[in-house]
Amino acid sequence: MTLTSVDTDYDSLTVTLIADFDNPIDQVWELWSDPRKLERWWGPPGYPATVEKHALTPGGEVTYFMTAPAGDQLWGRWRVASVDPPTSLQFTDACAGSDGTPLEGSPASEISIRLLELEGRTRMEMRVTFETREDMERIVDQGTVEGWKQGVRQMDGLLAT
Amino acid sequence: MVVDEIPTEIVDDVFRALADSTRRDILRRCAADEPSVSRLAQAYPMSFAAVQKHVAVLERAGLVVKVRRGREQLVHTDAAAVERARQALDELEATWRGRVERMSNLLATGETK
Repeated sequence: MTLTSVDTDYDSLTVTLIADFDNPIDQVWELWSDPRKLERWWGPPGYPATVEKHALTPGGEVTYFMTAPAGDQLWGRWRVASVDPPTSLQFTDACAGSDGTPLEGSPASEISIRLLELEGRTRMEMRVTFETREDMERIVDQGTVEGWKQGVRQMDGLLAT
Repeated sequence: MVVDEIPTEIVDDVFRALADSTRRDILRRCAADEPSVSRLAQAYPMSFAAVQKHVAVLERAGLVVKVRRGREQLVHTDAAAVERARQALDELEATWRGRVERMSNLLATGETK
């Protein structure tokens, strides 16, 4: 059994998976870091993936499309938040138009991966959360903005002395 | 891509609605009961307007329905809509189960070496 555990939390909209592979960490990492390998497992059966852009750097993008049996292309885009080869990767995955721009109103998911090697085997821990714009709403909330302003004033004060 | 049969803009509203613990609590209360907005407001340490706002977010996402009875507005949870949100998460789970299985197969056949 490769898949050691799957936990789906309906409150936090999060799926947590733990998988154990009999391979060293570099081979597991390559499944993510090598676009030719990534496209061999990303799409479901019948929907082969083609990776176009593949920039695994903070702020970088990975764009891909999956070809449906009828021939139409389903595009998607990752936005990489952080990457630390070969142990961690965080990105947001969203449906996109063919130019790589995420579709308005389309739900995105935040994916966080950690790899850990132990005696030649590799454990992959992964969290997938539906991303919402709630945090953004909170940021523009007056209270928070006020808090930031205060923080900045305090910094100004410290720098001035 | 994981939630084919539900229009994506609705899914986004649904997840935004579910992302708040007060709103999830409102959903639970209004599934078991059919309280009025004012009775609901008494259950939370926040203003009536704040609770009303939460109910509006849930209503827009289609997770609750408001029914007028006399002078009161009663709120009840749309169980089918909540179930659809669960399904979307189940699909996300299935997507990743499939991916891990394919990763495992690739690694096992040694094609990645």
